Amino acid sequence: MNIGRRSFLSFVIGGAAGTAITPLPWKLIDDSSIWSQNWPWTPVPPDGEYSQVNSVCTLCPGGCGITLRKVDDRVVKIEGMKGHPINDGGLCLMGLSGLQLLYGPTRVKTPLKRVGKRGEGKWEKISWDEAISEVTKKLADIRSNGESHAVGSIVDSESGTVPNLFKRFLTAYGSPNFMTMPSIQDTYGMTLQLMQGVSAQAGFDAENADFILSFGSGIIDGWGSPVRMFKANSAWKANGKKVVQIEPRLSNTAAKSDKWIPIKPGTEAVLALGLANVIITNSLDSKKISRSTGFESFKKLVQNEYSIDKVSKITGINSATIVSLAKNFARASKPLAICGKGQGSIPGSLNEFMAVHALNALVGNINKEGGVWAVTETDYIKWPKLEMDSVAENGMQKERIDGAGSEYPHANSLLNRLAEVINSGDGSLEVIFVSGANPLYSMPDSKAMKTAFDSIPFVVSFSSYMDETADNADLILPNHVYLERYEDVPTLAGLSKPIVGLTRPVVKPQFDTKHVGDVVMLIAKALGGGMADAFPWESYEACLKETLGVKWDVLVEKGFEFNGDKCILEGDFNFYPEAMKSLSNFTPVSAEGSAISYPLILIPYDTIRLANGYIGDPPFAIKAVEDTVLKGKNSCVEINPKTGKELGLTEGRYASLLTPRGKAKVKVHLYEGIMPGIIALPRGLGHTAYDKYLAGKGCNFNELIGPAEDPVSGLDAAWGIRARLTKV
Amino acid sequence: MSTQDDKAKEVSADGAAGPIILFFILGLAATLVFGWVIFPKLLYSQKKQPIDFNHILHVEAVEEGCESCHFFREDGSFSGIPKLAQCVECHEDAQGEDPNEVKFVEEYVANGREVPWLVYARQPDCVFFSHAAHVKKAEMDCGTCHGHIGESEHSRVYEENRITGYSRDIWGKNISGLRKHTWERMKMDDCAECHATKEIKTDVETLPWPINWLPRPYEKQTGNQARVKTVKEACFVCHK
Repeated sequence: MNIGRRSFLSFVIGGAAGTAITPLPWKLIDDSSIWSQNWPWTPVPPDGEYSQVNSVCTLCPGGCGITLRKVDDRVVKIEGMKGHPINDGGLCLMGLSGLQLLYGPTRVKTPLKRVGKRGEGKWEKISWDEAISEVTKKLADIRSNGESHAVGSIVDSESGTVPNLFKRFLTAYGSPNFMTMPSIQDTYGMTLQLMQGVSAQAGFDAENADFILSFGSGIIDGWGSPVRMFKANSAWKANGKKVVQIEPRLSNTAAKSDKWIPIKPGTEAVLALGLANVIITNSLDSKKISRSTGFESFKKLVQNEYSIDKVSKITGINSATIVSLAKNFARASKPLAICGKGQGSIPGSLNEFMAVHALNALVGNINKEGGVWAVTETDYIKWPKLEMDSVAENGMQKERIDGAGSEYPHANSLLNRLAEVINSGDGSLEVIFVSGANPLYSMPDSKAMKTAFDSIPFVVSFSSYMDETADNADLILPNHVYLERYEDVPTLAGLSKPIVGLTRPVVKPQFDTKHVGDVVMLIAKALGGGMADAFPWESYEACLKETLGVKWDVLVEKGFEFNGDKCILEGDFNFYPEAMKSLSNFTPVSAEGSAISYPLILIPYDTIRLANGYIGDPPFAIKAVEDTVLKGKNSCVEINPKTGKELGLTEGRYASLLTPRGKAKVKVHLYEGIMPGIIALPRGLGHTAYDKYLAGKGCNFNELIGPAEDPVSGLDAAWGIRARLTKV
Repeated sequence: MSTQDDKAKEVSADGAAGPIILFFILGLAATLVFGWVIFPKLLYSQKKQPIDFNHILHVEAVEEGCESCHFFREDGSFSGIPKLAQCVECHEDAQGEDPNEVKFVEEYVANGREVPWLVYARQPDCVFFSHAAHVKKAEMDCGTCHGHIGESEHSRVYEENRITGYSRDIWGKNISGLRKHTWERMKMDDCAECHATKEIKTDVETLPWPINWLPRPYEKQTGNQARVKTVKEACFVCHK
């Protein structure tokens, strides 16, 4: 028998035929398709018992209710809480990505003590007892030297038990230097104080307004309580309400508005006064708030100083547009003017806020449906009176390092001034506590802030994450993240009905962290004497339960409660407070730098996809940033094609951006949506800390800009800075 | 004369036809044996359950039958294979002398470790399946899908597909993919068998008069029984 080629072929054919009538090929096809669905990098939630817990998101001041879906002891998803008065089931990108802040790589897992140089990233793990005794020893020494006022703290807000524990701690210790992160609430609060004589916040009945005039507020870019504003915006669209957006850049908000009016940045107050002029001159102010003072002076001011032609010249908006805008605004049945640029993290110019608020008063929508309400929070914090010893009393007599209350009598806290005061040698601190804030990243001129921190001998961070401030601290006492702790979350954020929510431990602490409230109390107790007596509670939880009283049960059950009321206007509305007099000879807050060395103007912009406060973008969120904002490792600078042509810059080119405060390498993005001569950079990029997903991406806008003090409030009113852009 | 006959002779002289057929049959037979006998043995690895579990013994001892251990949670979700906590309710200490129980108590209960049971019916994560909808609402018997597992004295060998990682029970014991009983296979087609064919299982009320805009035969659904037969958006019923 000859076994040749034919026999072989025949064997193969037989084999093929045989194979075809076995399950082998069909089974393999099926199995390989299933195999491809189960690659190990495909995330698969664990199997187990499902449950849901309601809590509150604290990633921004918006105060959204959240529902956490759990499988056994692991949280697998965060959703918006249905029926919550702020967000009713909706949630933003940051809120959805919150689990990455719980389980992600950026957490500080145990108390850490610096061993290398500051910022070098060399840490030694220490126990909580060691950490607390370290702080206590330092504080006891300073206090015994009579230097108690040289201790300061920076926290995220003024309200709530945790900030108040810090405040109480400092008061009992003997330091007035309780500082908070700035926001537009500071300016709005001051505006209401000056014009309405109330100590309240502005609450906007946005849902019921029918003509929204926004002076650069990022309605869908994270202004106010972001999800609530998203929903309000959708409702306006659905019901045919009008939105007019005034800002130099075609932001997402401007793009979704009914009319976008580009304006020369920094001249918003002038436009508001010009609009007031048209309204008054055309007698469209019939609905004007009835009880008022100073109207005649205000009328004189706008008619004499803010003629349409002059306003048109200053703002760059043509006269016809100004007139028709004023008429449309005044003729709407529920017009509402709002201000505070972008997400509202820069307090802004007091004059601008007063001018805009005067517009609301002119059309009579103060304390009305669809208008601006003066709202106050219920102060449920009724702690026993503090017994201060002599050291504390002496310390509290001292002036604040930031000049709030003395140099600037209306301000409560002026963190924007801290860096300059310290760096110019006008003041110094021995110890600084930072909790729920990241000033070394998010304060304007963050480099100057870092220099100031470098001269503070002892920096203690309570951050849950390795952020820029924690990275430059001497000691990190990590707090639980919001999904691991109890805390009251009072929310104003422009709501017409203030709310208090309760975060709760949805999962047990994942690492060796401690509640910041407990740590403050432990330090006070270790200091002994009056300090220990000031904190009669066993733990933070006990303190919170006692403080909330009957609210506790409601909050545990429902997760939120309305907390406050609309103020009744008792006095007259003051159209022309003392502080407004500077407007008779208007000089807008100017951009720093000379026009010759720096021919362009750089402004920041906010997007809902970039967090720019204490929280950095979690990995999910940073992935969602468009490549016209962040391209590779570089921030994109938006520049009008006309200006680009003049400078010889083409799309995608690298350029060097120089401002009086700093420089950065950026990529050029030609964009018709920005006014010629103006360039824009996103806020929220350029982190040097956190994790590999966030660090080293883009440049930090705050390194390029410095604060500009508002002459009346002392708050930061910088809206931009002069800049130069050159080819690389 | 060289004619066609010669050529024919040549071929047969080679004796090629025989070997060709022979080799064809050889190839056929070899692959048939490989495909039907050797391939399944290679494809599946044999694993033993960590503890040999006797269902008969347990069913006799508990009060509420299968539901004593495989119960619905308050929210309607199904507990599946019991967690250690449930076992501990009875087995805090060994109750008998069975070496399996002793092993269970010593290795798992004493250390508070969950037993890594191998789940015969585990479906891929992309499949949404509600036990409540099938057992409570459609009143299906557990055995329709799971067979007579409750009547077993020993845990079966768990055969794991080396490629997919799933149990052999999903494809079915029969490598050809054919089955006799409903519980012998758990592929999508088996779900679809009911979902694509069975009509609404519900009581209908026949309307007393013919209304021309109502579909014939003038019936109105009275129960709240959902359709079993999935039509529009059928994929998303199971693949959420």
